[in-house]
Amino acid sequence: MKKIYVDLHLCPILNDTEQVSRMINKASTFRYSLIAMTLPQKTTEGEIQKVRKICDEAKIDLVTRVDIRPKNPYEIINVLRRLRRKFEIIALICESKNVARQAAKDRRVDLLNFPSFDSHRRFFDAAEAELASNGLASLEIDMNPLLTLEGPARIRLLSNLRREVSIAQKFHVPIVVSSGASDSMLMRKPKELAALTFLFNLNETSATKAVSENPASIVKRNREKLDPRFVAPGIRIIHGGKDC
Amino acid sequence: MLKRVRRRYLALEIEPGVSDSKELMDAIWGAVSKLFGEYGASQTGLALIHYDAERNLAVIRTAHAALSMVSTALASITRIHDKSTAIHILTVSGTIKSLYKRINK
Repeated sequence: MKKIYVDLHLCPILNDTEQVSRMINKASTFRYSLIAMTLPQKTTEGEIQKVRKICDEAKIDLVTRVDIRPKNPYEIINVLRRLRRKFEIIALICESKNVARQAAKDRRVDLLNFPSFDSHRRFFDAAEAELASNGLASLEIDMNPLLTLEGPARIRLLSNLRREVSIAQKFHVPIVVSSGASDSMLMRKPKELAALTFLFNLNETSATKAVSENPASIVKRNREKLDPRFVAPGIRIIHGGKDC
Repeated sequence: MLKRVRRRYLALEIEPGVSDSKELMDAIWGAVSKLFGEYGASQTGLALIHYDAERNLAVIRTAHAALSMVSTALASITRIHDKSTAIHILTVSGTIKSLYKRINK
């Protein structure tokens, strides 16, 4: 079966149509089948349709994604209630320990993302991984900081990533590797993203899964849930009306 | 008896291209030694085989054992001479003949 490659984190400036279209076309030439674009929380359906049209022309599937940076656990619950049915992917950028713990517990969160530039605010430890393994959240690793940082900052980031990856594997938390690219020059082919994971000891099989199966299964699961015929996992309305 | 060294040949696409091959090789060597140190770089056996400035295409050779190190380093290159650059691997092959066959397809 042909492998589906997914990049769940592209963040172009949406007003710059030229850049958006350049990045989408590049993703298509890199043989990605699915891409997720970070959209503002107040995005209108019209704006999404505009991006979707460019994706259709490039023969690539668009997944809507929103990044949330809540300040406290209560804000997570409120924001998720408002946005869960509007976006296909919800990523939570955990800037405090309380937020990280609540995010890992909540089954509506798809991706846990941690700020790359501050090693003190990376809260992915064993407790967090245990909570995430009981929930549905995956650990997202953006490659953009790895490409742009240099010197001691990159060394610290690599050491943190190595620790987090080993914890995630120990607790069977799925890992998703994304480009996190804001510019087309920072986009990489799926195999190149997988090659970069060599730096934090992710083996070849897990690295390939992190750019294909793991993100694809999140999208599949969420699309199924957002389908109006969905009732519960494994239960779908197949026929409705008075003659049932 | 001396063991035969297994090699891999990589076809690279340079985006948006560099003026000469020396710049390219300096950038590759720089990336390898930055990530893996001089000891790691010494194991790669990197060599430039061919550079086509018109097609922004290069063919390099590396030791088979160091392929993952080299592909990681290539993916990590973002700038060459203060110019935003990306290097993408088009194909990897065990012989130059089959590599050219693939890229000329």
